[in-house]
Amino acid sequence: MRGAPGAPPEGEKEQLMAYVAMADRDHELHDPQTFITKYIWSQDHKVIAIQYGVTAIGIGLVALVLSLVMRLQLGFPHTFSLIAPADYYQAITMHGMIMVIYLLTALFLGGFGNYLIPLMCGSRDMVFPYMNMLSYWVYLLAVLILVAGFFIPGGPTGAGWTLYPPQAVSTGTPGASWGIVCMLLSLGVFIIAFTMGGLNYVTTVLQARCRGMTLMRMPLSVWGIFVATILGLLAFPALLVSAVMMTLDATVGTSFFMPAMLSMGHTNTHGGGSPLLFQHLFWFFGHPEVYIVALPAFGIVSDLLSVHSRRHIFGYRMMVWAILAIGCLSFVVWAHHMYVSGMNPYFGFFFATTTLIIAVPTAIKVYNWVLTLWRGDIHLTVPMLFAIGFIFTFIHGGLTGLFLGNVTVDVPLSATYFVVAHFHMVMGVSPILVVFGAVYHWYPKMSGRMLNDTLGRLHFWITFIGVYAIYLPMHYLGIMGVPRRYFMYSTADFPPSVQELNAAITVSALIVGAAQLILLFNLVYSLFKGKPAGGNPWRATSLEWQTPETPPKHGNWGPKLPVVYRWAYDYSVPGAKEDFIPQNVPPGPGAPASHGHG
Amino acid sequence: MTLTTAYAALGAGIGLWAFLVTRLRARPWQTKDATGALHEGGETQLTPQRIGLFMFLGVVTSLFGLFITAYHMRMMDGMGHGDWVHLPLPRLLWINSAVLMLGSVAMQWAKGAAERGELGALRARLLAGGLLTGAFLVLQLAAWRELAASGFLMAANPAVAFFYVLTAVHGLHLVGGLAVWGYTLKRLGGAAPPATRVKDVREAVALCTLYWHYLMIVWLVLFGLMLST
Repeated sequence: MRGAPGAPPEGEKEQLMAYVAMADRDHELHDPQTFITKYIWSQDHKVIAIQYGVTAIGIGLVALVLSLVMRLQLGFPHTFSLIAPADYYQAITMHGMIMVIYLLTALFLGGFGNYLIPLMCGSRDMVFPYMNMLSYWVYLLAVLILVAGFFIPGGPTGAGWTLYPPQAVSTGTPGASWGIVCMLLSLGVFIIAFTMGGLNYVTTVLQARCRGMTLMRMPLSVWGIFVATILGLLAFPALLVSAVMMTLDATVGTSFFMPAMLSMGHTNTHGGGSPLLFQHLFWFFGHPEVYIVALPAFGIVSDLLSVHSRRHIFGYRMMVWAILAIGCLSFVVWAHHMYVSGMNPYFGFFFATTTLIIAVPTAIKVYNWVLTLWRGDIHLTVPMLFAIGFIFTFIHGGLTGLFLGNVTVDVPLSATYFVVAHFHMVMGVSPILVVFGAVYHWYPKMSGRMLNDTLGRLHFWITFIGVYAIYLPMHYLGIMGVPRRYFMYSTADFPPSVQELNAAITVSALIVGAAQLILLFNLVYSLFKGKPAGGNPWRATSLEWQTPETPPKHGNWGPKLPVVYRWAYDYSVPGAKEDFIPQNVPPGPGAPASHGHG
Repeated sequence: MTLTTAYAALGAGIGLWAFLVTRLRARPWQTKDATGALHEGGETQLTPQRIGLFMFLGVVTSLFGLFITAYHMRMMDGMGHGDWVHLPLPRLLWINSAVLMLGSVAMQWAKGAAERGELGALRARLLAGGLLTGAFLVLQLAAWRELAASGFLMAANPAVAFFYVLTAVHGLHLVGGLAVWGYTLKRLGGAAPPATRVKDVREAVALCTLYWHYLMIVWLVLFGLMLST
């Protein structure tokens, strides 16, 4: 029950009915009876989370393989002939789109959001379980439509993940007839799935928290996912608008984005369309998308750092405000992706200013992560290794972002490998390190068993050193002016060292790619052979570790919902019996009020 | 000028953010009042369904807001190089608008009947609201046909293309509303006592009404935009 202690006033009873039905109870919620309703058409948020996770990782592996094929081409262009130039463009497009939308967005919000929100907020489930289930199946449909692109005439689109017109729908671009339509349709279906899931996440956070779980007692993981979901709900419509209009340009001959062109010796039938309009719409979605991925990662890494350093998060309130500030500002920086697009140059001033402003709350978060570690009782567990690894890669990617956020520096670096290195470090590697840390951290809760520690460490060190071996040299390539999106580089244009670096990057990428098999093996192996985890192996305070059973059963909490008495960061409280006090332990002997400094 | 406006908007946004954070000033690390103040701050007593609808209307606002922005930007571009024409909208659209408004009024009356517990009136008014909305959709299709018969096909001109897109997207939202309306009407049947049946759907009717009013306003904005440009 939410609200003040005691029964709600008479007038409120009726309004609260829907919620009370999900609160204290002695029967199963939407009672699954069969294998199908328990594990396939399931309305249980934990099962849906795992469905999202498995699907996202599955399609993510396809994107990983595509990247390795591209790296083989770039590193050893005369040794392998796996792909033709058109295939390269298709691979680059599918790799980018899958990684950003179908892996990271789906995994953070559909996967971790689904699993963690009800458990961390002390709820039985999402408030709209049926819609939650539909969200997953519609997401799966979007993935299937995307994959269908590989099998249609002409193959998937090769327009680059930004799908810029007029290239995307012009003759000569791979997949310009069917591939682009397939991609746009898949994106539209994905947005419907995301909206169904997103409405659930936001409403559950606002309406289904257990008694005592005030907004300012929520773990930062929930804050990150919550604000990221709001960003998604407001930003994805921009992608939908551009997708609808471009589909019509491609199919019925409208001219929203398509100008009149002479292409391959023929004039097209379009006229007057504005490619710049597409870029504005796309990036109005595209930049918040960066934070849709980053904010959940920020939240989760905050919790990992606090739990594994046995110290309260430094500056909790500032962390919450920073998440909100980043969320608001993420809507006014979009055109820093368009400095060379031909837009009014004066806008460059504005968007460079906002880009520098958004660095402030982001930097606050980085300082607070480091200060959380300061004088902490740091346990270098596998999740902690990944969390610390994230701080390195995120600072690295953030600093190169300052270069690209300024117009005068961006112009010469635009469309070079410097950009590729920057965005991979900041929104590829950094969030994925958090994903790995989160998997090692919460796998014991999901499965009841620990992941193998030695394999975990091996996975971390190969991945962490490997990503630097991949992306650090790319900055040098970019500064040398090596352009991105090229199938092959001529030795007449660049010194031999460029090719040597490309070969070294490819070898590193192959090793890092292969190292991910360690994680996959570990996930399956530990499910059967892992050490039993117990209910709270990390001795953590947040509610998901206080469930009566591990893995939590349907309905999460047994007959009574938990009551929360404190924030999620009571670690190493002086006078306490242990070095952590769970959120549902009332103040009393052995569990004093904390002394933290917020 | 545009740049000044942009900076002013940024300043306003930062002000709004500063206001928001004043709502989040609790010091959660201080547990001395933990047992007393379990839910300090601006908690709401709204049902999850109502919160969900508000959030969805936010999504709808964002969607139509972006369509309108795209419309405006494309129009400004089109006026620059002469490919934008003023669209002679079918007069039928005035009738359509009136029908949709009547649908909205019927839904409002249905909401009143639900609050008073009048099953018969509720059913009749709910039915009228849905049927009028269905009629609006059919009449919109008739307007499409009329426009197409006058030679204004989708690819003819960006203003025409926007007309078809905006009316289609708006219509699809109404179809979604009609699905919930149908489900609500079905729940009104059954063997339970009339008072219980009305009570069961009261919130659903109120939310449908809100959604209907909202989509009516969206249509009026779209219609006004297309009439004036």
